Amino acid sequence: MIVPYTTDVRPDTGLTNPKLGIWLFLASEVMLFGSLFSAYALLRSGDPAWPDQSTVVNVPLATLNTIVLISSSVTMVLAWASLTPALASRVTTGKAGAPATPLPLGRYRLFMGLTLLLGAVFLCIKAVEYSDKFSHGLLPSTNNFLGLYFTMTGLHALHVIGGMIVNAYLLGPGLKMWSSAPQRFANRVEVAGIYWHFVDVVWIFLFPVLYLL
Amino acid sequence: MLEWLGMPVAASAHAGQVDFIMVLVHWLMLVLFVGWSAFFFYVLVRFRRRANPVATHAGLQGSWSTWVEGGVLVAEVALLAFFSIPAWSARVDAFPAETQSTVVRVVAEQYAWNVHYPGADGRFGRTTLQLLGPDNPLGLDRADPTAKDDITTINQLYLPVDKPVIVHLSSKDMIHSFALPQMRVKQDVIPGIPQPVWFTPRQTGQWEIACSQLCGLGHYRMRGFYTIQTQAEYDAWLAEETALLATP
Amino acid sequence: MYAVTSLLFLLVGFLLILVIRWQLAYPGEPLPFLGELFGVANAPGGIILPEFYNQLGAMHGTIMVFLGVVPLAVGAFGNYIVPLQIGAPDMAFPRLNLASYWFYLAGGIVMLVSFFVPGGAANNGWTSYAPLSDLAPGMGQTLWLGGMGLLIFSSLLGAVNFITTIIQLRAPGLTWFRLPFFVWSQFITSFLLLLAFPALQAAAILQAMDRLAGTSFFLPSGLAVAGQALNVAGAGNALLWQHLFWFLAHPEVYVLILPAMGIVAEIIANNTRKPLWGYRLMVYSVFVLGFLSFIVWAHHMFLTGMGTTISAFFQATTMIISIPSVVILSSLILSLYGGSIRFTSPMLFALAFLPMFGIGGLTGLPLGLATTDIPLHDTNYVVGHFHYLVAPGTIFALFAGIYYWFPRVTGRMMNDTLARIHFVGSLICMNVIFMPMFIQGLAGVNRRLWDGGASYEHAQGVLALNIPMSHAAFTLGFFQLFFIVNLFVSVKRGRKVDANPWQATTLEWSPAGAPLRAYRDPYEYSVPGALTDFTPQGEAKP
Repeated sequence: MIVPYTTDVRPDTGLTNPKLGIWLFLASEVMLFGSLFSAYALLRSGDPAWPDQSTVVNVPLATLNTIVLISSSVTMVLAWASLTPALASRVTTGKAGAPATPLPLGRYRLFMGLTLLLGAVFLCIKAVEYSDKFSHGLLPSTNNFLGLYFTMTGLHALHVIGGMIVNAYLLGPGLKMWSSAPQRFANRVEVAGIYWHFVDVVWIFLFPVLYLL
Repeated sequence: MLEWLGMPVAASAHAGQVDFIMVLVHWLMLVLFVGWSAFFFYVLVRFRRRANPVATHAGLQGSWSTWVEGGVLVAEVALLAFFSIPAWSARVDAFPAETQSTVVRVVAEQYAWNVHYPGADGRFGRTTLQLLGPDNPLGLDRADPTAKDDITTINQLYLPVDKPVIVHLSSKDMIHSFALPQMRVKQDVIPGIPQPVWFTPRQTGQWEIACSQLCGLGHYRMRGFYTIQTQAEYDAWLAEETALLATP
Repeated sequence: MYAVTSLLFLLVGFLLILVIRWQLAYPGEPLPFLGELFGVANAPGGIILPEFYNQLGAMHGTIMVFLGVVPLAVGAFGNYIVPLQIGAPDMAFPRLNLASYWFYLAGGIVMLVSFFVPGGAANNGWTSYAPLSDLAPGMGQTLWLGGMGLLIFSSLLGAVNFITTIIQLRAPGLTWFRLPFFVWSQFITSFLLLLAFPALQAAAILQAMDRLAGTSFFLPSGLAVAGQALNVAGAGNALLWQHLFWFLAHPEVYVLILPAMGIVAEIIANNTRKPLWGYRLMVYSVFVLGFLSFIVWAHHMFLTGMGTTISAFFQATTMIISIPSVVILSSLILSLYGGSIRFTSPMLFALAFLPMFGIGGLTGLPLGLATTDIPLHDTNYVVGHFHYLVAPGTIFALFAGIYYWFPRVTGRMMNDTLARIHFVGSLICMNVIFMPMFIQGLAGVNRRLWDGGASYEHAQGVLALNIPMSHAAFTLGFFQLFFIVNLFVSVKRGRKVDANPWQATTLEWSPAGAPLRAYRDPYEYSVPGALTDFTPQGEAKP
């Protein structure tokens, strides 16, 4: 049984199924992180003894991490963009089905690899931050700020790990699809990219709220 | 209709108002339900297959259903604007002055109501977590001068009739709910968020304090008693308790 | 798969409440036959302990709502009927669909397993209010949180799948206002699942942190449990849980109800042989319901110390949300007018839904007004109110749906006589169980009491009602046997029927193999001048 619009755009909605799906999924993610941010606002406003956050957490490391994560978003876009000219050329030459000559993948491999690497760097820096907190006896149970700090950044880190697993799949075993269904593969990279940007955006909210304010 | 509803005796000044709204709402419900049901059963009989073998594609014409729905809306808005909101406002905004009221603290815990009277000086003594113990469930610091004359009881709340009462509620552990059914008083007691509640008893009698929020396995037995007395009886009780304080 | 699993969970949840009903009718008396099986820790000598009673109560609510009704209404009916009604070959993401089912099953198993861990299952009510749930000993509550996490994730995957399917896979010609009302109800339901559930996900994560990592998000400073000061950082907020919980759980109420309305609408159109009255109005109403359901949550919290302004806001939204419900209910009743009504077994359940849902909705009024909520809050009145909506309301609609679509699934009809016995018995029993709850609630009897309020003076006059209520519950169980037998026997021996036994119009009844395309509105029954009294949506214009 073939489900329509998995690869092609439905004309009257202008969407493919996976693209709509990922946007809906992200809408629910917005509500998840939104709930945590509201919890943060409520707890902070109700606690006169809330610590001065920037003295507790490591702002320079987090700034570095922000730059790392934004860069990884850029490389993700470049990875996707490296696929589209090949597709476009295939379309203009008008060949149907699988292309006779394999489409180039060098740039894609480079940028997707970089995205993965930057994700790993982000997690390593995060790990350094965490172990630094633990070694100073700063635990989630110390106070509600640290509790939320660990909960929210931890949940975000899980999202980063999830994204990296998908990206690794698209760089490794998932790459097979490029020769059989290139358009579908490019769509997958695009969808993974949308998710990856969302993870980035969450961090862009977490960073000021947990480190700077 | 009030007697059909079978609510507990209305023994406080605002209970009549609560009951009045209750009766109004139930009239509205009854009218709507009877109206709908009448139409419903009429239609079921009139348009059963045997009586009406061929359905009409167009169905019901006319706009009177809109009028009914509009009427429901108007009734609800009226209930809200003229009854419920003002009555609520009186409960939570229009607190009487403490000097003119009987003021008492009630501290809920699993599974008891600790009652704390300020005594003759009208001031509650200091309480602290460190002093908590089996004999001192409030953690009252008797060394504090304002605590010397404080009276404490467990599960027994005595109040004088015809004078406003302010109860300062707090909880030591879980969320409880302080319910005095005959006073039409109920207030969730939330740890960390002290809440006052006020009412004016109009009848003397002895009734029960019920916990209305699941607070653990003993929730069903978290029952206290409250006694509304005449001013003279209440004063006598206070004097007796104060005398007990002096004899250790 | 969904249907069978969720029906089993409904049965489990129902059996739990039968144990409770025994205890309420005969507090402290040993449960006959089965009592000893629960073990010494739960029911020594067959006498239900309060701890076990609270576990039963909490798990009854959780199982019925999250493992029974929602998976049956959305997972089973939605999954099976929606693609057929919109003429799609399958759901948009078949593999995601399977994943959603496995997450659901895993969540359900975690919930059931929790009965057997030390300390037993969660026993803090289905609402799991903190700090009680935060500080509850044993693993039960932690497993509850984990199980909820899995169930929520399952719902999210399902919701993404439904919305995508409905937007992307509608057959040619099936424009938005040609969608059957059932599809609309599933569409809005999916949005509620998608956007409301994450709030509970967040709350569950925070509570898990409180329980496992020692944080104090829901624990204010200065707590003392059993006379001992609690050793936590404090400064948390006990109401935070309630806000997050009800932000989910109020839309959840509509998740329970909207699919039921959808099913009832389908069956009424089919059995009156005429279009739904005010179809467009109903669609608009369901939109408004969905939207408003996100801004009424705090009407569950009037007595937490709410000021005039905020309570006025939530009372107002609560009254406003009753209007679209009234519109939908009225439209369904007015749809009967001018029809040629056939009292088939699905129609009986669908018709009974209307007044039962009406009672449930009307009794919401005094609870939605803050002042009248004072005496009624947390009494049996509340229990009666929402059970009327969900039990003779939604569950009747689900039965109606099963009887209606059974031939679509199996090619056979269910037995009509057994169905009618099932209907009459259930209708009477349901009312005998739930109607006295209003009387008890008005008398001030609180819910969730192990002895049903036997120790309270003000409960004495209405306590005896518990006995007929409980016997009606046991009898209700007996009448469900007619349904269960009917289900099993009809699969093998039901009367064989063709593709469209109800002579219905919507696309799921199209003959097999016909190209799926919609040419007209969904409920073109008794069109003047037509040869038959139904003109299928997929039938090409002559």
